[in-house]
Amino acid sequence: MAIVNDAVDVVVVGLGWTGSIMSIELAKAGLKVRALESGPERTNAEEIYPKPADQLGYSVRQKVFAKARQSALTVRHNQSQTALPTRRWGAFKPGNGVGGAGVHWTAVLIRPTPTDLKLKTWADQTYKPGQLQDDMTIQDFPVTWDEMEPHFDFFEKVCGASGQAGNIKGVIQEGGDPFEGPRSNPFPLPPLKDTLNNTIFAKAAKKLGYHPFPNPSAAASGAWTNPYGVQIAPCNYCGFCSDYYCLNYSKASPQTTILDAAKRLSNFDYRVNAHVTRVDLHDDKKTAKGVTYIDEKGQEVFQPANIVILASFQFNNVRLMMLSGIGKPYDPNTGEGQIGRNYAFLSNGNATLFFKDKNFNPFVTAGPTGQMINDFSPGTFDATPYDFIGGAKLHSSQAGGAPIGAALPHGTPSWGAGWKKGMKDWYGHSMKVSITTTCMSYRGNYLDLDPTYKDPYGQPLLRMTFDWAQNELKLQQFLRQRVLEIVKEIGPDSYTESFLKPDAHWNTTSYISTHNVGGAVMGETPNDSAINKYMQSWDVHNVFVPGGNAFPQNFQANPTLMLGALTYFSVKQITDQYIKNPGPLVQI
Amino acid sequence: MAVVNGTSRRAFLLGSVLALPTAVVSARLFGAAEAARLAAPVIDTYVPAFFAAPEWKFVMAACDRLIPADAEGPGALETNVPVFIDQELAGSYGRADDWYMEGPHDSKAPADMGFQIPYAPSEIYRRGIKATDAYTAQTHQKSFAELDAQTRDQVLTKLQKNEINFAEFGEPILKASAFFGFLLTNTQEGYLSDPMYGGNKGMGSWVMIGFPGARASFLEWIGQQGVKYPLGPVSLLGERA
Ligand SMILES: Cc1cc2nc3c(=O)[nH]c(=O)nc-3n(C[C@H](O)[C@H](O)[C@H](O)COP(=O)(O)OP(=O)(O)OC[C@H]3O[C@@H](n4cnc5c(N)ncnc54)[C@H](O)[C@@H]3O)c2cc1C
Repeated sequence: MAIVNDAVDVVVVGLGWTGSIMSIELAKAGLKVRALESGPERTNAEEIYPKPADQLGYSVRQKVFAKARQSALTVRHNQSQTALPTRRWGAFKPGNGVGGAGVHWTAVLIRPTPTDLKLKTWADQTYKPGQLQDDMTIQDFPVTWDEMEPHFDFFEKVCGASGQAGNIKGVIQEGGDPFEGPRSNPFPLPPLKDTLNNTIFAKAAKKLGYHPFPNPSAAASGAWTNPYGVQIAPCNYCGFCSDYYCLNYSKASPQTTILDAAKRLSNFDYRVNAHVTRVDLHDDKKTAKGVTYIDEKGQEVFQPANIVILASFQFNNVRLMMLSGIGKPYDPNTGEGQIGRNYAFLSNGNATLFFKDKNFNPFVTAGPTGQMINDFSPGTFDATPYDFIGGAKLHSSQAGGAPIGAALPHGTPSWGAGWKKGMKDWYGHSMKVSITTTCMSYRGNYLDLDPTYKDPYGQPLLRMTFDWAQNELKLQQFLRQRVLEIVKEIGPDSYTESFLKPDAHWNTTSYISTHNVGGAVMGETPNDSAINKYMQSWDVHNVFVPGGNAFPQNFQANPTLMLGALTYFSVKQITDQYIKNPGPLVQI
Repeated sequence: MAVVNGTSRRAFLLGSVLALPTAVVSARLFGAAEAARLAAPVIDTYVPAFFAAPEWKFVMAACDRLIPADAEGPGALETNVPVFIDQELAGSYGRADDWYMEGPHDSKAPADMGFQIPYAPSEIYRRGIKATDAYTAQTHQKSFAELDAQTRDQVLTKLQKNEINFAEFGEPILKASAFFGFLLTNTQEGYLSDPMYGGNKGMGSWVMIGFPGARASFLEWIGQQGVKYPLGPVSLLGERA
C-alpha cells in the first residue's frame, strides 16, 4: 500500500444524510473529522435555477443518482435462484455524491408511531399465538418514544419541517394526525399549500370518517433559519422535486441544512471521488484502525482513524461490514449470524383517477405535496380478522408533474395517433390515491455477497434475496379495498389501478421507493442484532453504522426522520460517553 | 465531439447563449429563443451522428408512425424526435455508460428481473433495425422504411407483441419486443423532453398538452386550484412558445 493519510479522530464513510449529521456534530464536539464520499461534489451553485427543471436529465437519465455501473446489486426471489445484477435501477435508485440520496429525495419527513417502535411487543399482545406467519422475524426497536422524541424534534428544526401537528404533549390538534405520538413542539413551519388532488382526497377521506392531514414536508413552506444558522428559502412549488436537485434552496438536503455550516469548521474536511473498499481492523478484530479507499486517480489510500462511521446507505453499509469481516454473516438455513439478516423493503399501490373537466396543474407542486391518513397503521385499526400485521400511509400525493410517463386512462393506445390524443386530452387531468406500506422481516429475506458478479474495484456485489410474503400480499388486498372505497366516494370519470395480486412476486423493475431497510439491525443483544441502540457494532466497538440497515422491519412512514433522529441519538452518546471512555456503550 | 454537422454548430450556439448573463438574454440583444430556433436542425438535411443512412431512414419511418402528425398536434418528425434519438445514441446513453454491463448475461431471464441484455442501446438499435429490415425484406421484399404507413403499423405491432422471431433473422439474443420497447420509450422521451436534447422542436408537444416546461416557479399559482394554467412553455435555454 502506497499512500497513508494523516490520522483523524473520525472517518465518515459517505456524505449523505447520516454522514452529514455525524460530521457536523462530531466536529462541533472538537474532533478532527474527515468524510470520504465515493461520488462527486454537488453544490447549490452548480444546480441553480432553472437547470434542474429537466425531466430527461434528472429523472429519466438520473444524472444525480448513483450509477448502476459502480453500485449495482444482484437480486433474486429466493435461495434456489441465481441472482442477476440490477443493470440499471428499477425498484429503488440510490444516491451518490455529496448529499447522497438527500439531494434528490421527495422530502416527506414523517415520524413513525410509538407502536412502530415496539411492534413485536404490540404484535404479541394483539395476535393469537401462531396467527402470524411463523417465518416472520420482526422485533422491537431498542429505543423508546421518549428517547427519540427530542431528536425527531431537532431534526425537524434542522430541516425546517412544514406540517400540522396532531398531538402536542398529549393534546390532540385539529387538522393533524390524531394517531401521532405526542410531540414536544408543533412543526417549525405551517404545512405546504394544498393542490387540487389534496383537497379532493381530504374531503372524501373525511366523509368516510378518516382523519386526513397534510403530508409532513421537508420542503419549507416559509423562510427558515435552522439551528446551525443555515437559511432555507420558501418553496416555490417548481414541480421538479422528487428525483431532482432543488433549484430554489427550499428542500432540506445535507447541502441546504448542514454542510454549509460544517464546512466552516476547520476540523472538518471531506474528499470526493473517494470510494471506501473496506474497514481495516486491528489483529484482535475488536477495533478498527481506519479505512481503505480508492481515490480519484485510482490509487489505494489508507485513512487512519480512531472512530469509523459507516454512513454509506443501508445496503452499502451491510456490504462494507461483510467485506471487512465485521460481525458474522447471516445464514438463512441456520438463522445464525447477524450481518445480512432481516432485510426488508416496502410495497406501494395506487389508483389513478381521471377527470375530463378538472385541471390538476400537476407541474405546480412540491415533492412532498399531499394529504394522507394514518387510519390504517398498526394500532390504529384492527387487522386481526384478516390474519396480517401491518398497514400503510394512505395518501394522495403529487410529487411531480413533468410529462414523460404521464398516466393515461385504460384503453389508451401505447403509441400512434391514439397515444398522442390521449396525452392531449388527459395530461394534467388525473390524480392518485396511493398506499405506501409496511414490510415485515422474514427468515428468507436477507443480504449476502454474490458469488459471481463484481464491482469495478473487483469486489463482490451485494446479493439481495427478497420476495413478497403472504402477509404483505394480504395487506395489499385489504388496502386495495379501502382505496377503492375512497375512489368511489370521489367519483372520477374513470380510474386505473395498480396493486399487488395475491400471487405476486417482487418486480425488480418498477420503482417503489428507496426505503430499503435492515441487514444490520439494531437490537438489545448481539443475539438479535448487529448493532446496539447507538448503532455501534457489537463486534467492533469503534465502528458505528447509522442508516436504514438499523431498522428491524419497515414501518409505513418514510424512513429519513427516524434515521436522522437515531443518528442524533447516537452522536450524542458518542460525544457524551464514548470519547471519554471508548468501549461498548451497551453492556450485556 | 464526433459530430461534424448542424448539430455541433447548434451545440456551439447554445453554449454561447448559456454563457451569456441572463440580463443580456432577456434584453433580447441576442435572444435565446432565436438562437435555439436557428440552431435546431432541419430534419431533412440533418446528418446523423450515430445512424448510418439506411438506419436513419428506418428511424424516421418508425417515429413517423409512433407519433404521427395530424390535426391534434405535431408528430415526431416535425418535432425532430429522430434527431433526439440519434444524439442520445451517439452519447453516453447509447454506450450504456451508467449501466452495469458485466457478464455473465442471462438474456432469457424473466421480465421482472429487468434489463439483462448484453447490448448497450446503440447496439440494440443497430441489431433491431437490421433484423426488422431482414423480416420486411422476406415478407414484403422492401425495407421497413419503404413500406406504406398501414404496413409499417402492422410491423410495429408485431415487434411490440414479439410476433417477429428475431432469431430467424440473424439476431439470436435480442427480442423484437425489447427492441420495440427502446424505440417507443426513446421516441416519447424525445417528443416530451426539453428541446436542448434535440427533439420537441418549438416545444410543440408541450404546447399541445399544456405543460409549461422549465418555468419552475409557481408561488402565485399554488393557491389557484383547478384554474387552467394560462401561460405557454419556456425551455431551459429561454425559448418561448
Ligand atoms: C427518489 C427518492 C425519494 C426519496 N424520498 C424520501 C422521502 O420522501 N422521505 C424519506 O424519508 N426518505 C426518502 N428517500 C430516502 C432517503 O433519501 C434516504 O433515507 C436517506 O437519504 C438515507 O440517508 P443515508 O445517509 O443513509 O444515505 P444517503 O443519503 O444515500 O448517503 C449515502 C452516501 O454514501 C456514499 N457511499 C456509498 N458507498 C460508499 C463507499 N463505499 N465509500 C464512500 N462513500 C460511499 C454514497 O455515494 C452516498 O452519497 C428517498 C430516496 C430516493 C432515492
